[in-house]
Amino acid sequence: MTLIVPLVALLAIGVFQLISGIAEPPVAEEVTIGYVDKSGGFEGYTQQDKVNLVRFDTQDDATEALVEGDIKEYFVIPPDYISTGVVSRYTLEKQLEAPAEIATAIRNFLLSNLLAGKVPAATVDRVEAPLNLVTTRLTETGAIAPEQGGFGNFIIPVVFSLLLSLSIVFSSTYLLQGLGEEKENRLIEILLSSVSARQLLTGKVFGIGAAGLAQVVVWVISVPILLSLASSTFGGFISTIQLPANFLVLAVVYFILGYLLFAVLSAGIGAISSNTREGQQLIAIFTLSLFVPLWFMSLLMLFPNNPIWVVLTIFPITAPVEVMIRLGVSDIPAWQLAASIAVLVLSIIGILLLTIKVFRTYLLMYGKRPKLGEIIRSFRSG
Amino acid sequence: MGIGEAASTMLAAEVNHIVKSYADKAVVNDLSFSVAQGEIFGLIGPNGAGKTTTIRMMMDIIKPDSGDVTILGEKLSEASKNKLGYLPEERGLYRKLTAIDSIIYLASLKGMDRHSAEEKANELLNQTGMLPHKKKKIEELSTGMRQVIQFLIAIIHDPELVILDEPFSGLDPVNTELLKRMFVDLRNQGKAIILSTHRMNEVEELCDRILMIDNGRAVLYGNLTEIKSRYQNNSVLLDLKGELGEVPGVTGKRTRKGYTELMVDGKTTPQQVLAHLVSRGIVINRFEVATPSLNEIFLKVVGKNHE
Repeated sequence: MTLIVPLVALLAIGVFQLISGIAEPPVAEEVTIGYVDKSGGFEGYTQQDKVNLVRFDTQDDATEALVEGDIKEYFVIPPDYISTGVVSRYTLEKQLEAPAEIATAIRNFLLSNLLAGKVPAATVDRVEAPLNLVTTRLTETGAIAPEQGGFGNFIIPVVFSLLLSLSIVFSSTYLLQGLGEEKENRLIEILLSSVSARQLLTGKVFGIGAAGLAQVVVWVISVPILLSLASSTFGGFISTIQLPANFLVLAVVYFILGYLLFAVLSAGIGAISSNTREGQQLIAIFTLSLFVPLWFMSLLMLFPNNPIWVVLTIFPITAPVEVMIRLGVSDIPAWQLAASIAVLVLSIIGILLLTIKVFRTYLLMYGKRPKLGEIIRSFRSG
Repeated sequence: MGIGEAASTMLAAEVNHIVKSYADKAVVNDLSFSVAQGEIFGLIGPNGAGKTTTIRMMMDIIKPDSGDVTILGEKLSEASKNKLGYLPEERGLYRKLTAIDSIIYLASLKGMDRHSAEEKANELLNQTGMLPHKKKKIEELSTGMRQVIQFLIAIIHDPELVILDEPFSGLDPVNTELLKRMFVDLRNQGKAIILSTHRMNEVEELCDRILMIDNGRAVLYGNLTEIKSRYQNNSVLLDLKGELGEVPGVTGKRTRKGYTELMVDGKTTPQQVLAHLVSRGIVINRFEVATPSLNEIFLKVVGKNHE
C-alpha cells in the first residue's frame, strides 16, 4: 500500500508517455448535419469547426437523407425563429441531450448568420466566446501570490485527504485486530506477564503508527516529484496543479495526530470488546465520522466561508480530513489551525488516560463486554 | 517465621496480606504465604477460590488493593518480571506464527536477544522431542504440543520462579510425565515452582508444601506430610489371609475391595495391632498406616466451608 499509490501514479504517467509516443494525434471526425431554413437568411457559415452543415429545402428531404445515412441529424429553423428562438432537432440516436460540439456548431452557425454584415468578423468571434476569465491572486502588498487558487490547487489535498483517512483507518483497524486476536487467543495474559499494560499500549500505538507514518511520508515525498513529472508529461490542466502552502507539513502533522487519536480509541475499544468483530462495530462509529468532511466536500466548494467548516476543522475526529480539504479550497486562518491542533492533542491525552484506566482491567475479561456503568466506574477508580 | 512458612532463608516469593476486591466483593482477602527456592509449592482450592487472581497479582498483571509481593527479596516491579516464568490457565499463542518464532518472540519480551533465545529454544525443543515441529505453525500443532510450547516459553529465560496454572489440563499421559520430569529438574536446579491445579494426585506427587485457599482466604498452609499427618484418622489398611477375629484396640472394621480398614482407638498404636496379628499367625500381604489423600483433605476442608 505504501509504495502502490506512488507506483500506480508513476505507471499512469509512463503509460501516457508510451501511448502518446506511439500513437498519432487523434483526428476529430468530420460530421455532416442538415438543416431546413423556414425563416430565411441562414445560408452562410456552413462549416463550423468539424461540423459541416447541408441545407435542405424541405423537412421531408432532410428526413430522407437522415434515414439514408447521408447526414447524422438535422434541425429546422421555423418561420417565427426570430421571435421565439426555438429550433427543432431530429436525430435517429437516443441521447440524454445534444452533443456539445453539435450544439456549439448550431449556435455559432445561427449567430454568424444573424450578425453577418452588421458587425465586424472579430466582433462575431467575441460574441461567440465573450468571456475567458483569468483570475490572479495578489498578496497584501499587491504582488502576485505564489499560491494561486482554482481546481489545480484543490486536486492534491482532496486525493490526499482520502489517502490520509484510509491510512488512519487501516492503521487503527490493524491495531484493533491485533489486540482482538491477542485477547481472543488468550495471549494477552502472557504479554502482560512480560510487559506492563502501559508498555503494551504504547508499544502497539507507536509500532503500528510508525508503519503508517512511513507510508504517509513516502506518499508526501512522492507527491511533488510525481506532480513535476506529470506536469511536464501531460501539460494542460495538470500543469496548473499546485500544492497548497504548508500542505506537506500539515499532512504529516494531521496524520500523526489523527492516527494517535484513532489508535488510543481503538485500544480502549479493543480492551472493552469481547471479540474483534464487536470492536470493529464500535470503532466504525468513529471512522464513519472521519469521512464526514468528504461527504460535504461539494458544499464546502460552494460555500467555503460557512461557519460549519470551522466546527469540522476544530472537532478532533473530523479535523484531519477537513483541514486537508480546506487547504485546497481556501485559506485556513492560523488561529483555527492552532485551535484544531490543540483540541486534537488534548483529546489524545484525555482518551489515552481513560484508555490506560480500562486497558489493564478489561483486557483480561474474556467473552463479555462490561456495561457502561462498570466502565464509568473504572474511569473514576482508575 | 510462622507455621507453614518456607524453611529456606532465601525466599523466591513472599506474599504479604494481599487483598483484591471486585465490585465490593473480596476475591482475595488478606492472603499471605511464601515460596522458597528449590521447592515445588502447590496452590490449590475450589473453582472461584481466588487462585488465578492471586497468581495475576504475583505476576504484576493486576495490582492488589493492599498488601505487597516480593520476588527474591525485592518489591515486585517491571524489572522483576524477567525473573518470573508464567504458564496461565487461559492459554493461547499467535496461530499463524511458527513454534520457534513464537518462543523467540516471547523470549525477547523477557529480555533475551534473538541469538541466545534461538539457541535455548532449540535445546528445549530437542529435550521435549518437539524439534521436528519447530517450523510448524501453532495452528498446525495439537493441543498438547501447544501446551508444551507454552511451557517452554515460561522457562526459556531461566526464571527463578515459575508459576504454572493448571499445567496438566489437556495433556496426554506421555506429555504429563514429560512435564513432571522437567518440574523436578527445575526444582533440582534450585528454581521455585508454584503449581496451581485441581489434580490432587499430581500435587501429592510433586509438591513439598501447599497452600489451600477458599473464598480468597488461606484454609491450609504448610508442609504436605505434616498436613496429611494432621488429618490422619488413626486407621490401618490390611490385606490378609485367614480370619481376623477380635483385635485389641480396634473399634471398627470396614471391608473395601482388596483390603480391610481397621479403625484403631487413640491408645493403641499401629505397631501393637501388627504385633497382635503376627502373634496369631495371620498371613499379612499388606499392612499400611492409613493417611488421608489430599483429595479427601480437600473435600473435608472445602466441604466444611461450603456446608
